[in-house]
Amino acid sequence: MTLLAISDVDLARLQFGMTSIYHFLFVPLTLGLAPLIAVMQTCWHRTGDEAWLRLTRFFGTLLLINFAIGVATGLVQEFQFGMNWSVYSEFVGGVFGAPLAIEGLAAFALEATFLGLWVFGWDRLSPRVHLATIWLVAIGTWLSAYFILVANSWMQRPVGSKVTNGEATLTDVWALITNRFALYAFTHTMLVALTTGSLVVLGIACWHLARGRNVALFRRAAALALIVAVPVTALNLVVGSRFGLATTDYQPMKIAAAEALWNTEQPAGFSLFQIGGFSQSDQDPSFVIQVPRLLSVLATGTLDGKVDGLNQVQAQYEQQYGAGNYIPPVEAAYWGMRVMAYVGTLMFLVAAVGAWLYRKRRLEQARWYTRSATVAIAFPFIAATAGWILTEMGRQPWIVQGLLRTADAHSPSVSAATIATSIGVFAVLYAALGVADIVLMRRYARVDPPDAAPPPEAPAPAMAL
Amino acid sequence: MTLEIFWFCAIAVLWGGYFALEGFDFGVGMLLPFLARDERDRSKLLATIGPHWDGNEVWLVIAAGATFAAFPAWYATMFSGFYLVLVLILVLLIVRVLSFEWRERADDRRWLGGWRWANTIASFGAPFLWGVALANLLHGVPLDGDGHFSGNVLDLFNAYTVAAGVAVTLLFALHGATFLALRTEGGLRERSRAAARRLAAPAALVVAAFLAWTVQVAVDRNDRELVPVLIPALIGAAALALGLATALRGRSGWAFTASTLSALALVATLFSALYPYVIVSDPDIGNSLTVSGAATAHYALSVITVVAAVVLPVMMLYQGWTYHVFRTRVRPAQEPPG
Repeated sequence: MTLLAISDVDLARLQFGMTSIYHFLFVPLTLGLAPLIAVMQTCWHRTGDEAWLRLTRFFGTLLLINFAIGVATGLVQEFQFGMNWSVYSEFVGGVFGAPLAIEGLAAFALEATFLGLWVFGWDRLSPRVHLATIWLVAIGTWLSAYFILVANSWMQRPVGSKVTNGEATLTDVWALITNRFALYAFTHTMLVALTTGSLVVLGIACWHLARGRNVALFRRAAALALIVAVPVTALNLVVGSRFGLATTDYQPMKIAAAEALWNTEQPAGFSLFQIGGFSQSDQDPSFVIQVPRLLSVLATGTLDGKVDGLNQVQAQYEQQYGAGNYIPPVEAAYWGMRVMAYVGTLMFLVAAVGAWLYRKRRLEQARWYTRSATVAIAFPFIAATAGWILTEMGRQPWIVQGLLRTADAHSPSVSAATIATSIGVFAVLYAALGVADIVLMRRYARVDPPDAAPPPEAPAPAMAL
Repeated sequence: MTLEIFWFCAIAVLWGGYFALEGFDFGVGMLLPFLARDERDRSKLLATIGPHWDGNEVWLVIAAGATFAAFPAWYATMFSGFYLVLVLILVLLIVRVLSFEWRERADDRRWLGGWRWANTIASFGAPFLWGVALANLLHGVPLDGDGHFSGNVLDLFNAYTVAAGVAVTLLFALHGATFLALRTEGGLRERSRAAARRLAAPAALVVAAFLAWTVQVAVDRNDRELVPVLIPALIGAAALALGLATALRGRSGWAFTASTLSALALVATLFSALYPYVIVSDPDIGNSLTVSGAATAHYALSVITVVAAVVLPVMMLYQGWTYHVFRTRVRPAQEPPG
């Protein structure tokens, strides 16, 4: 059934892409901010220095605003597999369902319950127990990310399972949770999360420093953010490229698409920028800037390694899986990869320059830097979105690599009109909430941190919008 | 007992936990416009559930995840079949979650009022729709030979399922009132007890009638044995009678115990009535999905059984501890941070 020549699979994909990208704008900030706030509260607990308490509460408010919308949109994630992808759900439930259920039991329960204790427990719990609650929240969010990434990684590299009677069944849970793809994805995502948390703290701190407000306080926040951001952004460049190397083993098509490499090359050059060359009818770019041999280094770890091209993998897949088009959307994968990598490098520079200025005690004076650091708050969100576009679109036409095609996985009982209705509903709702979220985050990022004197329970003065 | 049956029961327990816990926080949201006289009252009412609503919603998240993991076919058919109802539920739950966290973040009358009404509307709407959805499982929906939903959204609304929605909504309103009678003081407490008094009779009547109807649907339409459905239904009826008697006398502790038991018994009756099916097909009952037919393979079931056996009791312990920490009545000084 089609609606204006858009198939219901396309609509289901549009819906999934829209709700997932939106959800993942909030997730890395929660994942990254929670441990940073736990560290701030630990510093207060250890030193008794009230500056750390004020910072804890200042960034705690931002965490709560962000956490709420992450939780709210997370429920859509859990429901929409069954709603839009019932064939997929029935096929994978025996494998994919297990980490999802475990996530709820072992991780989400932890973060949701202990966050309530942290928010409302300031005067009910001993300082030590109250400190433990924020750490349990942070642990809960990280566990949650791990199980979700185990589930997603199984779609990229199905391990520990077999297909019987048209359904995937789990055969080895250890293989599932130690999937090499999942370990890379988790490491990479957690570094992304810490990058997000630290660059958001840094950007807000720089905004205050540039205006000479609460300088002593926000210099500490900036220091903490830089201590995290420098090693994390540097390490992620390494982990990210190793992840790409590992992906080549399991999803050569994704890597070939990410490079818009149509024919096998040895050695292979890396295209920095190109115009055209993104479709089967137009395989030669009209303009390209290339670094010789760099792709061989990135994809194989050697100077003259062979990198498979799209046409060759296509021929191989046709032999393996039968006739069909196995080439993912090349342009999306190519730019997803580049935006991610370029912005990732930029984030490292932001952190490194900030650390250098901080050591020279020139952070507040360098107006060009404080302004740039505030703009850089957007960078991790852009890079993470681009990364997921590469990961998910690069897997097409498969929904589960080699086992199930996306085109065969949607809900047969759900009409295009029904999906279109829900897309409309969620688009309007998400847009409104997005605006409200940005307004709230900006307001609370610009206030002076609350005084430490009154007990944190007293209602903080709410602000006029 | 096989693992399939164990997980069918476990999912019933998870829904029971969701109804018993989130039930009262839905009820608080419903009663908000009726009990609060000013902004301070509203803050106090919402503060009673502030530390708890997110932990309560966890039970729903786990119930859905467990259904996906243990009964993929049930999850697939139910969630794709109830599509538009679930879209509406999601919208209501999203708005409700944000109303808790975002409401007091701005001192603006329209902002405060908007989120307050969003919370109340969502607190009425979501339980009603969950009642409709769960009742459809045993009332039956059109399924084709592959077990796919073949009807449309209007097939989900009939006298029985709408009655389920009304019964669940009324019961949660009562549950919220009995909870507030325990957690507030002064004028709010008096008004909460009065609300419980007023709600007890209609809730008891409607829920008991719905339980009887459920027994009839299970036995007459689905050929379920009488006794396994009758027992939880009778326990439910007894709990409702206890709730009525204690609410009228203002015995708040007992009234809350009774409304909790009623919520648990309602879920137990629905799931016992549903067994051995997970979704009944109507009119062609032969296309129904069954517990054994929809279950995943043994190995995956054993894995999640081990995890649940270790983690679920621990989770119940720390959630129980949360209720212990926040056991005292909400006073002005204990309002949540803005």
